[in-house]
Parts: sequence; C-alpha cells; structure tokens
Amino acid sequence: MSKKVDSTRSSETQSPTVESGNQNATTSSDTSTSDRCDEPIDSSLELRPPLPPRPSLLERGNTAAGGSLRLSKRAARPQLQSQATTALSLADVHTANRLETSSPKSSPASRAVSRKPSLTPSAHQPSIAVSEVDDGASVRSVVPTIGTRLDGESTLGDLIEGAATPAFKALSAQIERANPFDAVLAEDDNLSTQMQHEFQNVESMNKDGQNEEALLNIWKAKLKHFFILSASGKPIYSRHGDDQLISNYIGVVQTLISFYQGAKDPLKGFTAGDARFVMLPKGPLNLVAVSRMGESDAQLRTQLESLYMQILSTLTLPSLERMFSNRPSTDLRRPLEGTDVLLDGLADGFTRGSPSTLLSALECLRLRKSHRKVVDETLLKVRSQNLLYGLIVAAGRLVSVVRPKKHSLHPGDLHLIFNMLFEAGSVKAGGGENWIPLCLPGFNNTGFLYMYVSFFSTSEGALSPEAERPSSAGKDDELAIVLISANKDSFFELRQMRADLVAQLEKNGSMAVIKTAIRKGHASCSDITPGTVLKHFLYKSRGNVQFTMPSFEPHFHGLIAKRKLMSLYHNLHDSIHSRTAHLKVQHTVAYDATALAWETPLFELYCVASSNASRAALVAGANKVVSWIRREEERVFIIGGAVF
Amino acid sequence: MTDSTASAPKPSSSVKLVLLGEAAVGKSSLVLRFVNNDFQPNKEPTIGAAFLTQKCQLPSRTIKFEIWDTAGQERFASLAPMYYRNAQSALVVYDMTKPSSLVKAKHWVAELQRQASPGIVIALVGNKLDLCDDDDPEDEAQDGENAEGHEEEAVRKVSTAEAKAYAEEESLLFYETSAKTGHNVSEVFTAIANAIPETSLKGPRTGAGGGTQAAISGGQDTSRVNLNARGADGAAKEGCAC
Repeated sequence: MSKKVDSTRSSETQSPTVESGNQNATTSSDTSTSDRCDEPIDSSLELRPPLPPRPSLLERGNTAAGGSLRLSKRAARPQLQSQATTALSLADVHTANRLETSSPKSSPASRAVSRKPSLTPSAHQPSIAVSEVDDGASVRSVVPTIGTRLDGESTLGDLIEGAATPAFKALSAQIERANPFDAVLAEDDNLSTQMQHEFQNVESMNKDGQNEEALLNIWKAKLKHFFILSASGKPIYSRHGDDQLISNYIGVVQTLISFYQGAKDPLKGFTAGDARFVMLPKGPLNLVAVSRMGESDAQLRTQLESLYMQILSTLTLPSLERMFSNRPSTDLRRPLEGTDVLLDGLADGFTRGSPSTLLSALECLRLRKSHRKVVDETLLKVRSQNLLYGLIVAAGRLVSVVRPKKHSLHPGDLHLIFNMLFEAGSVKAGGGENWIPLCLPGFNNTGFLYMYVSFFSTSEGALSPEAERPSSAGKDDELAIVLISANKDSFFELRQMRADLVAQLEKNGSMAVIKTAIRKGHASCSDITPGTVLKHFLYKSRGNVQFTMPSFEPHFHGLIAKRKLMSLYHNLHDSIHSRTAHLKVQHTVAYDATALAWETPLFELYCVASSNASRAALVAGANKVVSWIRREEERVFIIGGAVF
Repeated sequence: MTDSTASAPKPSSSVKLVLLGEAAVGKSSLVLRFVNNDFQPNKEPTIGAAFLTQKCQLPSRTIKFEIWDTAGQERFASLAPMYYRNAQSALVVYDMTKPSSLVKAKHWVAELQRQASPGIVIALVGNKLDLCDDDDPEDEAQDGENAEGHEEEAVRKVSTAEAKAYAEEESLLFYETSAKTGHNVSEVFTAIANAIPETSLKGPRTGAGGGTQAAISGGQDTSRVNLNARGADGAAKEGCAC
C-alpha cells in the first residue's frame, strides 16, 4: 500500500467501514464503540475506553493524491451512514469479489490476496474503484448510538436472513462439526498439502541443471518466500532455493525495485496472481516477502522488519552501514555466515503463524502473583554487578525478568532471543552453557551485548539442573536462564549468578513451582471461559505489551488447523489495524468459524468460536475472557518485573 | 569408575581448553562426542561460544577440561582472544576434505603461538575421517555442522603426511579423528591432558565459578573418558602421545 491509499483514510470516522479485506461473502461487520460489548460487564470496572474522536468526513479534506479511490469512498459512505441496518447483501459482495479476482472462492480463512487495491501503477483502473464502491455499498451496518444495549439476537437474526443465499446455505450444511478447522474442503486441501511441504528444503541443483525445472516447481509451490538482497542486487538471503535456482528471480525483483526507486516512487507492494509481494527498503538492504497466505501488507512488513532486526542483531547497524559505504557491492553472505538458521527460524515461525509476531507482544508463563514475586526477589538478590537484563524463559514464555529501571525490554529483541533459543537448535544442542555476542536493535542498534544462556530440562526427576544434559527433550519442558551483560568478560560472573539463582530458586521452592507451571502448559479455553462458545482467543494487553492465549488443543490440532486459526487472527488483526478503517469491533462469520475482534485502548481481544455460534454468545464469551483477564492479570502478565 | 574419585581422591586439576578452526569443520561435534558421547548429523552452527566441562581420568590425576567451543565464522574471530587468553591448551581443527580449512588452521596456530600464553599445548586435529574411509564412500557430507552440500565426492583432500609434517614442524600434537564414529576423539583429549606440563597444573580453579564447576561435573558420567582405548595411559605423562 502506498501513499495513495493512505490518503484515502478517513480514519477515526464513526461511519461503518469495512476494511476491504472483509468484503468476502461471509463477512459481516459492524463498527461501534466498544461500549456495546462492554455493556454486559459490571460497569463499576473502568474498562470503558474513551470514545474515539469523530472528525467529519468532509473536513478531512481533499489532499492531493489518489482521487479516484477517495471519491469512490466518499460516494459510498454517506449512503452507509444513512442506512441503519445490519443486513448484509452477500450476493453483491460475491459478485464483486468474483469480478475482481479470479479466485473462485474466498473465505476469511484462506482468502484471495486481491483484497486490497493493488498499488501498481495500474492501480487506477476502473476495477479498483468499482470494487471500492461495491465494497462499501454492500455492507450496510448499524451506527450504534451510545448506550444502546447490544441487541445480539435481533441483529444476528438479520444477519442470518441476509446471508441465506443458496451458496451460503450449501456451505452451512457443513457447519455442524466439532472441530471445523480439521475439516478439509476442496480449497483447503491445497493449503494443507502445500503446508506440509512448506518447510522442506529445496534441494540444490544438479551440476548439469537437469532438475532445474522440477526444483523450480517445488520452489514456486511454496506458500511463502522471503528474500533479502542488497541495494545493488546481490542476494543475501532466501528462505527457499539456492542462489543458482533463484538468481533470475532475484534479478527481476531487483529490476522492479530499482525501477521505482529511480522514479522516486518506491515500490511497496503488488499483487500477482494469488501472491502478494511486499517490499521493505532498509538502508543498504531490500527485503521482500511473497505470500500466498493472505496476510496484509502491514503484517508482512512487520515480518520483514523482524528479519532485518535479526541482521542488525548479528552485525549492528554501524557495521552494516560501514560495509556498504566502503563497498556498495559487499557480499553480506559472508559476514552473515551461519545465521541462516536464525533467519529460517523466524521465517518459518511467520509461515506457521506466530501470535507473538502478529501482536508484537510476548507471552508469559502463568504464575501466581506471590510466586512470581518470590522469583523476582530472588533475581534481584543474586543479581551480579555487570548484569543488564536477566530472563527466565520457559518454552518460549517469559517467567520473570530483571532489568534496570531505565531500560525496558523491546518485544522485538525478545523475539529474536526466543527465536535463537527455541527455534534454532544450535544453542540448545551444544549442551552446556553459551556465551553469545548479540546486538539487541531495540535496545541499542550500535553495539553488542553478551548473553549467557543455560538450558535445563524440567522433566520430572531432573531436580538438579546440572545433572541434565539437554538431549532430545521437547521444546515444551525447557527452561532457559538468560543473563545479558554489556561486559564481554563477565561470563564467569554471570555463570556464578546462574548457579546462585538456581540454588536459591531450588531452596525457596520456586523452581518446583515454575516446573509445575511449565508442565501444566496452557489452560484450555473451556477452563478459562466455561460454558461459552469460545474455542480460542488471543488477548493482548497493550500497556504490558504482552498477550495470553489458551491452549490450541483440543480444537486446533496440528499445523494446518493452527495455521488456519492464525490466518483468521491475521484477518481480524488486519481489519482493526488497517489504516483505512478504524474498527473497534469486528464480527465475522465464515463457514468454519465465527470470530470477533475487539479493540480498546487497553487491550486487543480476538475470539474464535464455531461457525454456528451466535453473535451474542460470542460477545458473552469475549466478556468472560475480559473479566478472567481482570482477575488473572497479575498471573498471566508480568507487570513491572524485577527492576533495579 | 566414577567412584574412584570418591574412594581414592586423586589430585584433580582444571585445564582450560579452546577449540578453534574454520566454520563447519566439526569443532562442536568433537566436543559433543567427547562430553556426551553423542553425534548429531547436520548440527547447526554454533553461535558465539559454548562452554562445557568434562573430566578426563589419568592414572595419576583427574583433569577437568573447561572447554570453550568457539564459533568458526569470520565475524566471531575478533572474540577469539577472549577465549584463548589463559588457555593451557587448544584444539585447532580442520576438515580433511577441505584444504582451505587447513590454511585457516595454520593461521590459528600462528595466532596462538603469537598471542596465547606461552607453553600452551596445541593439538592439530583433522576431522571427518569417516568421509575419507574407503569402506563406506557413500557417506556424504553429513558430518559436521553446516554441511556444504557441494562435496559430493567428499574424499580426503589433505593428506596425513602433509598435516603431520606441519604439526611436527610446529611441535603440535596431531590426530585425525571422526566425531561421527568417535574415532580418536577421546585420545586427543587424553593426549592433551598428558601433555600439559605438571608444573602448570594447579588445583581446581579458584576464580569465579570454581566451586560450581566441581558440582557440575560431579554429577557427570565420567566413565566413558577412561583410558580404555589405547595403551597411551601408562605411557608418557608428558610430551606427545602420538
């Protein structure tokens, strides 16, 4: 998306807008202030967010670019506001959708990528404008008056009526399933098979190039690609395929990028077929993501940012810039040697779908407040002189953190650390302890810090951590102590601190508590919100930059079901974070799930239920989650942490 | 065998050992074989450095190795002094299917002789012997971290004579090993333990972490490292065992 679309944004308008991505047949949406959903909650709790400002549409004047897009929007919106109904003319959207894309079916779970007007130079073609109009016009939504009670039943009634096109009926015949995400429909089948092969490596080409075509087909079948190339077009990283195989394509990418850069109108993204291409220029590097998984530009860009952070973490910004200013044709592969594992780990995490990346937040191990306090105090007690950050990490979740008062931890940095510890096997596999120089770009992108890492398994019987050599222990019962210092000679000092820390934690029983908590894993959704229709949720506390979620089991079993769930979350996330529409609540119905996204200044909540769940039931579930969080806040989140 | 330490306490000393060498020659795999008697094909590259300890039983004493397994990538080279400073011994590893790795190894030897503590015991180790065995030429570049992939006909590219001549010239211990099969691995460490001059052996390190290290390896299974392999145990306590 480039500036042209941005200028069409009439952001905080109260008018019901539907992010263009949700124009799919089965999507319903209503914009409202969050008060509506708040309402069933005890009003003494001051969760209610302030109302968003409401600048008039007309005041947000006609600034320069993007005439056709904006005009069409403005044509559509007044019409919307005048019609207070939630009726949803699905048929219209279907048609519009079909006109616009060649994809025969599109559902939120695996939708076609054309959901956003593409910003190739041809973006002003009539089809885009038409789609904008259709998009807007087809969604008639209620403009809630503040304080109106949520009349779930009646609005939902409307919805179903409006939705009852023959096609939808055909689909809903298949709705009644326990775990709809397990179901395999024709279009998903494609995804499933591709997903299974997604992480297999493309072999290298034979000497005679005989197998090139076969390899290219495998390569092209990947759902997602990441490329990093230097500004001069040298390949630096590709998730799939070796240099020989992809060099032609890197050349094409480079040509595209430099053509638009030359025109002072950098290319940010485009759609080709069912693939979305997103470019992110970063100093001397260009990063490119190609996705057929229906992620939004912003989400792909976040993923690219994260890859870039990994490169900075290896090299630091000044040294990266120095290399390229000395020699623009530098081959960065050499200085980055050995970090492919880390980049692959990140990339595959994105392909599998990571709530942490999606929400830019981290997850904590659920512990009683008093237990966490003991751990925090122990950390402070044994803190050694040169310590900057100390982390206890269990299976990718933070147990406790000790940090200086003036420095907080950047979630992006933590993500890099977690990726290194838990995705790339080298740290664990080496056994023993590690001393790793790394740059935490969120903390300071100019210099290195030194990270002491020690793993131990938490499986039953391993009371003495030293007795454990990491072997084939599963990811889920690993506990890592991570101590970070700015002093490269402090290994033995931190090692001593680790020993003291473990001894103390054993002594005061915290170790047992932590291990129990790790073994328990995530609570299931039905334990957290008993009696509701929810199957899964993500709750992000914005203030704490942390999120929590229930276990994927029993409803989302296996890679593909999880990925579908994550795709749904991506769509929800996209719709409330889109720059062209500021929704506060988004409700979608699809053949395999209903979902709700709810945003307030305090939190973002994404809930998923089976497709036959009523909206009221979904809202009730959401409220349950919110009140559960309120009770459990100091257990599921680290608030403050140990600060010195 | 472990109880031998308990019943008849032999004098025990710590020896700091550092592994150096080009990326993907199998440094971590050697250590892993020595410490855990384990081998992982396609091991991922080490990041930074790993610190491991392992005991080595000599007839007269117990040597506790404190091993710094460093990453071979170029960008970590500037950190190496941190690891070889004060080291009593070094293992410089090359990949005998890759001549450039011997060149790199020679650089490391030179740097150690120039910068490390005088009297440091250096062993030159050619790894991936399994790839050179004629018995199973099928074995491809599975060995070591980060298999390059292009070594389809991975055969010996560095002759024993060449490397041995260099090692003698520089008075280095010399071994050819296979971390994959375990061939000669414990022998290298035993030879180093034997080669450390008695005078430079002190009690357990008194520096930070000394106490805990004893605790750490106390729980370890040390039996494997026992000198059941060669006749080298009774032999030369000092000097080269090869």
